[in-house]
Amino acid sequence: MGDLDAFRAETREWLEENCPESMRLPMKSEDEAVWGGRDAVYANPDSKAWLDRMGAQGWTTPTWPAEYGGGGLSKEEARVLAEELRRIQARPALTSFGISMLGPVLLEYGTEEQKQEHIPKIVRGEIRWCQGYSEPGSGSDLASLQTKAELDGDEYLVNGSKIWTSYADQADWIFCLVRTERDASKHDGISFLLFDMALPGVTISPIKLISGSSPFCQTFFTDVRVPAQNLIGKRGGGWTIAKALLQHERSMIAGMGSGIGSGGGRARSMPDIAKDYVGRDGGSDGDRIGDPTIRDRVAQQELDALCFALTTRRSLDSAKAGQGPGHGASMFKLYGTELNKRRCELMMSILGADALGWEGEGFNDYELATTRQWLRSKGNSIEGGTSEVQLNVIAKRVLGLPD
Amino acid sequence: MALVLTDEQELLKDTAREFVQERSPVTRLRALRDEQDETGFGRDLWKEMGELGWTGILLPEEVGGSDLGYAELGVLLEELGRTLVPEPFLSTVVLGAGAISLAGSDAQKAALLPGIASGERVMALALQERGRFAPYDVSTKAEATGSGFRVTGEKRFVLDGHVADDLLVVARTSGSAGERDGLTLFLVDPASDSVRVTRTIMVDSRNAARVQLDGVEIDAAQVVGQVDRAADVLDPLLDRATIALSAELFGTLSEAYERTLEYLKTREQFGVKIGTFQALKHRAANLFCEVELCKSIVMEALRAIDEGRPNVAQLASAAKARVSDTAALVGCDAAQIFAGIGMTDEEEIGFFLKRARAAEITFGDAATRPTTGTASRRSPATERSPTPGPRERRLRRPRRESAAAGRVPG
Ligand SMILES: Cc1cc2nc3c(=O)[nH]c(=O)nc-3n(C[C@H](O)[C@H](O)[C@H](O)COP(=O)(O)OP(=O)(O)OC[C@H]3O[C@@H](n4cnc5c(N)ncnc54)[C@H](O)[C@@H]3O)c2cc1C
Repeated sequence: MGDLDAFRAETREWLEENCPESMRLPMKSEDEAVWGGRDAVYANPDSKAWLDRMGAQGWTTPTWPAEYGGGGLSKEEARVLAEELRRIQARPALTSFGISMLGPVLLEYGTEEQKQEHIPKIVRGEIRWCQGYSEPGSGSDLASLQTKAELDGDEYLVNGSKIWTSYADQADWIFCLVRTERDASKHDGISFLLFDMALPGVTISPIKLISGSSPFCQTFFTDVRVPAQNLIGKRGGGWTIAKALLQHERSMIAGMGSGIGSGGGRARSMPDIAKDYVGRDGGSDGDRIGDPTIRDRVAQQELDALCFALTTRRSLDSAKAGQGPGHGASMFKLYGTELNKRRCELMMSILGADALGWEGEGFNDYELATTRQWLRSKGNSIEGGTSEVQLNVIAKRVLGLPD
Repeated sequence: MALVLTDEQELLKDTAREFVQERSPVTRLRALRDEQDETGFGRDLWKEMGELGWTGILLPEEVGGSDLGYAELGVLLEELGRTLVPEPFLSTVVLGAGAISLAGSDAQKAALLPGIASGERVMALALQERGRFAPYDVSTKAEATGSGFRVTGEKRFVLDGHVADDLLVVARTSGSAGERDGLTLFLVDPASDSVRVTRTIMVDSRNAARVQLDGVEIDAAQVVGQVDRAADVLDPLLDRATIALSAELFGTLSEAYERTLEYLKTREQFGVKIGTFQALKHRAANLFCEVELCKSIVMEALRAIDEGRPNVAQLASAAKARVSDTAALVGCDAAQIFAGIGMTDEEEIGFFLKRARAAEITFGDAATRPTTGTASRRSPATERSPTPGPRERRLRRPRRESAAAGRVPG
């Protein structure tokens, strides 16, 4: 414990010195999140400073090995760091698919050179990644994907198209599932390939979302020449890596539902927001949500959220070091995203017509963000594998029910 | 009345469906949104709907109306709801014309109703002040002056307020916010000094405005109904509007449900139609049950208005709560089943999701309806009681002459 206390004291001091004040305030919108990358624009210079300092410490990825730029912290130290970050209400220094998806599988399946090349840039937010999995005809049935990569000398020639590629227009590199083995079975013909989106033959067209923003893209590949050494793991062995990555992705998505304000600052609690919008009445403490229906629904929501948070913690507490999230990720993905969708629906009911604005005059930032977040939340139970797919995984892999 | 459509109502349904599919498919709402159209609807189309007898569907022949009932209005609104038609039916035909019919003086009726029947006039009810729907929660003040009243306050979510030719403003002449007594209904010219109308851009691309009243001088002749007694008009008016909106929302959710069903029969994954998967089959079958239940309560509520039954208020709450819940369910299921493509703005299902949620919240969703206290209201019946029985069908016959005859200048 002594060491951990010392670590806590040092961490606290370091954060005091290095976390800019503005990085301890709530984000006003999703746009303030820092994703890094070659073309990143930092509207607030503090966010760049915060990223650089955390990146240099390796604390954007606290438990990743120090030899690749990670924090090299033990599980216990990482928890202390997380607690101290929460204590000062710090925003995440970096949000990235490199951290939440690619990094963990690169560490597991990459060669030494591949790790040396890519991991440090992920840690420091220098390269922004996107995920090239889904295709127009291959969503839930991901393994039916058609984008092909043919070996031509020491290069792969990539042809095909990916869809729903989040932020492809802002990403520097893509981790992409491609079919390399023409004659192999559906699952055995897939490889996991990394390449630079600036390569000739890559074109990207953004697709607008119902929530108004355009993170979706369709991405087209025409004779894109990718160095053969960019293939991760075994040729034709990409499905295993793809699935492992999905488990990391699902864990990440499961945790996304903590609401506006989770990006730094103290988020106002749902009961407090409800009191503001629907009023208060007497009750035992003289200060409860005024509308009994809303009061019940908020109580139910808070109860579900508490149990979910505790289950997440219990799972982390019992996980063995170095063990990935496994099929349990499906449970968290399923419950976490459905919970978040219910939360967003409830927020709409609480705000009433105040939640019906789209832009411009008449609504405050919080109200407008609530509306957009409600729409965006509909995607949570789709991205990373739909709820139905998670239910199938749980039934089959966790419960062992017959196919 | 039986819970089936008469031949005439069937005909109206077919006519309406054909008309809106041709003249106002969802692509029209999208275009109005994307082009940032200043009005968000079409005066020309409104006029045409007047010529078809739609805008005057509830009004008597004397003013150029079709003299039909809510059952017919419901048929129409359901079809308009299917393609998300943005014309100001709720604000003008139901709320505006409804308030004037219920409580207006002969002069007010003569001045306003013919223009509504002919599709030339748009009205809006300026009632709500906060996001939560609570009809008596009115703080806007009307102080008596020598010749009338001076009104000060701010109204929000005024449906079609930015294009209204006349505003019906609910203001407090006595008492305090939340009280049923002490409300008065005023006709206000939106063009008068000290009235500021600002359009607000809504999630469903439909039309609403904020109305700021900064000491507007209003003549006593502009009071609609009795001073302090507006709730006697608002209660039945809002019940009717709630039922009308339920009918529109029922059309919207039915269309979303049918499109989802169609998608289950076309989209393929794992080499089969996704409708093959039992999980989705069961969902569709559940939706079917819910939609059928909605249809019944909406029909019953519409007929209850026409028959002047005493339980209209309860049925209004029941219909709105039921339809709202089902709309939410259909919205969530549709988004989930359309999956990736459903999250795009390009796919129309998102428009339904947005409109359904907005309509749910308008006049209170399932959570608020049962608590707005409708059951405890008195029933005023200031309007002549509706005459049941066979009605002559007057729709879809251009009535230029009769409309002109009924119009009073001013
Ligand atoms: C916000 C968002 C971000 C995304 N970002 C990315 C990204 O960055 N990169 C990327 O590659 N992809 C991304 N996706 C795509 C996502 O992974 C797919 O949308 C998802 O896998 C579903 O595929 P689909 O949209 O083709 O739906 P489909 O697979 O066509 O599914 C349609 C419906 O059928 C159901 N269904 C399918 N199979 C079964 C079954 N066997 N049993 C029961 N029900 C079934 C589904 O659950 C769904 O309800 C994103 C999606 C969203 C919404």
